[in-house]
Amino acid sequence: MEGNLNMVGYGLAAIGPGIGIGLIFAAYISGVARQPEARSVLQGIAILGFALAEALAVIGIGLAFAL
Amino acid sequence: MLAAEASEEFHAPGPADFEFPPIIGGFSKPMLIILLGTLAVGLFFYFAVRRAGIVPGKLQFAAEGFYGFVRNSIAADAIGREGIKYVPYLATLLAFLIVLNVSGIIPFLQFPVTSRIAIPLFLALITWVIYNYVGIKRQGFGGYFKNMLFPSGVPVAVYPLLAPIEFLSTVVFRPITLTLRLTFNMFAGHLVLLLCILGGEFLLLHVQGVIGFAAGGVALLFGIVMTFFEGFIQLLQAYVFTLLSAVYIGGALTHEH
Repeated sequence: MEGNLNMVGYGLAAIGPGIGIGLIFAAYISGVARQPEARSVLQGIAILGFALAEALAVIGIGLAFAL
Repeated sequence: MLAAEASEEFHAPGPADFEFPPIIGGFSKPMLIILLGTLAVGLFFYFAVRRAGIVPGKLQFAAEGFYGFVRNSIAADAIGREGIKYVPYLATLLAFLIVLNVSGIIPFLQFPVTSRIAIPLFLALITWVIYNYVGIKRQGFGGYFKNMLFPSGVPVAVYPLLAPIEFLSTVVFRPITLTLRLTFNMFAGHLVLLLCILGGEFLLLHVQGVIGFAAGGVALLFGIVMTFFEGFIQLLQAYVFTLLSAVYIGGALTHEH
C-alpha cells in the first residue's frame, strides 16, 4: 500500500461541508415543496449557500495536496 | 495484484498529471486550449451580432438567450436595477469560464484549463478590482471601509471582533476562495475522471481475469457516468463564479444589507 495520510485527513474533513451542503439542499427542497412558486427565488440562494459551504471542502483538498 | 501478468504497478493519477510538456517552444496544451476558447467565445459573439436584426437568426437567438439569462437571473437578482451596467463583464466571464471548464470533457482537449490556478486567480483579481473600485467610487474611500468594517445595527461591543473578520473576509479571502473553489473543483473532477478511466484501462488490459474484467468494466462505465456529472459540475461552477462576482459587486454598491 502506498499513499498519503493527508488523503485520509481530507476524507474526514469533507464530512463537515458534506453535512452543511446536505442541510442547505434539505431546506431548499422543503421550501420548494411548501411553496412551489418560490422555486426561482430559492434556487439562487441555495446555490449561493452551497458554493460558500463547499469552499471549505475545496480548500481542504487544496491543502491535502499542498501540505 | 492477483494475476501474474500484471507487468507494471498501477500509478494512481496525481498532481503530476496536470503538468504538460510544451508542444513547440514553451507553448503547451493548456495554452492551446485557452487560445481556442478565447477564439470560440469571441467568434461566437462576433458572428452572433454581426448582422443583428429585429428578427433574430439562430446564432443571434442563442447569444441573446445567453445574454438575457445573465441579465435577468444573475445581474438583476444579485445586483439589482443597477446591475445592467455590469452585464457585459458578467456575460463575458460566464462564457469564457464555460468554455474553459467544459474543455475538460470535450474529446481530444480533455483538460479543464481552469484547474491550473493562474486562470481563476487572474479572473478573481479582475472581479476583486471591480468590486473594490465601484465600492470606493460609490461610497468614497472612507465610507466604503466604514460601511464594510462597522456596519450599522450591530452592538458597539462587537466591533473589535467584527471589524477584523469583515476586513479579512472582504479584502483577502473573497478572491482566494473564488480562485480555490473553481480551481480545485476542476482539479478534483479531472482527477476522478483520470482515476476511473486509467484504472479501468489498467484492470482490463493488465490485470485481466474475472476480477479485472468485472471491476474494469464497472470502473469504465462509472467513468462515463462521471463524465456527464462532471459536465454538470463544470457548468455549475462557471455559474457560481459569475454569481459570486455579481454578489460582491452588488454588496459594494449598496451599503445597507
